[in-house]
Amino acid sequence: MQLTNKRKHMARKPMTFLERIYLPAIVKGMGITLSHLFKKKATIQYPEQKRPMSEVFRGLHILKRDDQGAERCTACGLCALACPAEAITMTAAERKPQDKHLYREEKYAEVYEINMLRCIFCGLCEEACPKAAIFLQNDKMAPASYEREDFIFGKDRLVEPFLLKKS
Amino acid sequence: MSPIIIKLIFVSIVFGISLFVAMYSTYAERKVAAFLQDRLGPNRAGPFGLLQPLADGVKLFFKEEFIPLKADRWLFLMGPGFFMITALMTSAVIPFGPDLKIGDTVIPLQGTDLNVGLLYIFGVVSLGVYGVLIGGWASNNKFSLLGAIRAASQNISYELAMGLSIIALVMMTATLSMREIVDQQSGWHWNVLYQPLGFLIFLVCAFAETNRAPFDLPECETELVGGYHTEYSSMKLGFFLFAEYINMFISSAVIATLYFGGYHAPFIDSMDPGMLKTFLSIGVLFAKIFFFIFFFMWVRWTLPRFRYDQLMNLGWKMLIPLAVVNIIITGIVLLMKM
Ligand code: SF4
Ligand code: SF4
Repeated sequence: MQLTNKRKHMARKPMTFLERIYLPAIVKGMGITLSHLFKKKATIQYPEQKRPMSEVFRGLHILKRDDQGAERCTACGLCALACPAEAITMTAAERKPQDKHLYREEKYAEVYEINMLRCIFCGLCEEACPKAAIFLQNDKMAPASYEREDFIFGKDRLVEPFLLKKS
Repeated sequence: MSPIIIKLIFVSIVFGISLFVAMYSTYAERKVAAFLQDRLGPNRAGPFGLLQPLADGVKLFFKEEFIPLKADRWLFLMGPGFFMITALMTSAVIPFGPDLKIGDTVIPLQGTDLNVGLLYIFGVVSLGVYGVLIGGWASNNKFSLLGAIRAASQNISYELAMGLSIIALVMMTATLSMREIVDQQSGWHWNVLYQPLGFLIFLVCAFAETNRAPFDLPECETELVGGYHTEYSSMKLGFFLFAEYINMFISSAVIATLYFGGYHAPFIDSMDPGMLKTFLSIGVLFAKIFFFIFFFMWVRWTLPRFRYDQLMNLGWKMLIPLAVVNIIITGIVLLMKM
């Protein structure tokens, strides 16, 4: 069965004299490399210049707040259940009356941790969440680090910054 | 000024220039490699990355100095130095330009005009392999030893063809003095036009002698880790790498001198003799040298490495017979002319 018309029939013929002295092939090859000298370079000068990321790129997680600035997550654990890499752990707690402005639901996540070394950035947590609380950002990636501990992201690094929401 | 002091100054200038060119060849090599592969190459250290060789040098100096426990200490230390010395020694007989006249003093722009200059070059070049051999042997490492043995056998094989290709040239020029060979090529009488085959053989052999790709089997990374300099670190490694670039510079100079008219170029030869002409001539020689250095790099980033048997086949079964044929043809033509 032929899937593409790229197939080329190769026969093993003895090399001709011109092929055996290599020179024509060498000259041709040098011509090719020389032409590349003047081609556009593919390099992206990273820190100054960034490659545009896809709209749907799945990068670092963020725990969203609602319009009033309260955390949306209700610690239902569905994201942890959905996670194929078992990267998410959390401890639930009951909301105190005076914390009403901080958490939207009556139950909230006291501890919420994602292990970025385990995470495969599949985005299933985002899809599982009934409260639209967790999202994978398309402009941020989990940064590199020397310590394993640094890859366990707690709420301090996951929850959307408060001030940003206000402005 | 006494001639000795002038000579000393001249020699140190040549020494400095060789080192400088070698230093920037490392940079040029990386740039050329990058550009041929659609990349940009080093561009962070200084404008256009021009300080990169300095950064590399500093890095090499600060690397740990390591001598393997079972290595032969003295030979191990000697290897790189020997390689470097022989690489630099060749430049002694290369004429860098016509005589420079300042007032009454005439300064020949050549280390020394030996009447066997060509033979001298051959002698020193074949000594060069000792540096590699000693270094590889003393490292007490099988990869190093294999690399060193390869270097030796490769050099011996290609020296033959190189010598034979030069014989045809010498038959034509009837002299072994580098200066005379250059002066015979003024105008368009470049030897390459009379000896194209000889030039081709010489060029291929020059690649083999300098251990450059496609004949870089002595340091072939894919099989031998680093070849003869596997065990070397710090500036001793730097010496080996550096000497390779000096070798490249010198062999470019030799090629330009023997086959491409050295410091001669048609439009300059017709000028009145004077300072300007001298400096333009030097410029012409260096332009040719830089072209050949570029050529060395260009070939390196185009051709894949030869296999060992292919290398030997090429040397013994192709180049040597070709060189002999070239001698015979040259002889017949010379006879007919007489
Ligand atoms: S992106 Fe995938 S792997 Fe990462 S935490 Fe979410 S569900 Fe788990
Ligand atoms: S992020 Fe969403 S799915 Fe995960 S615990 Fe919070 S509310 Fe439930």
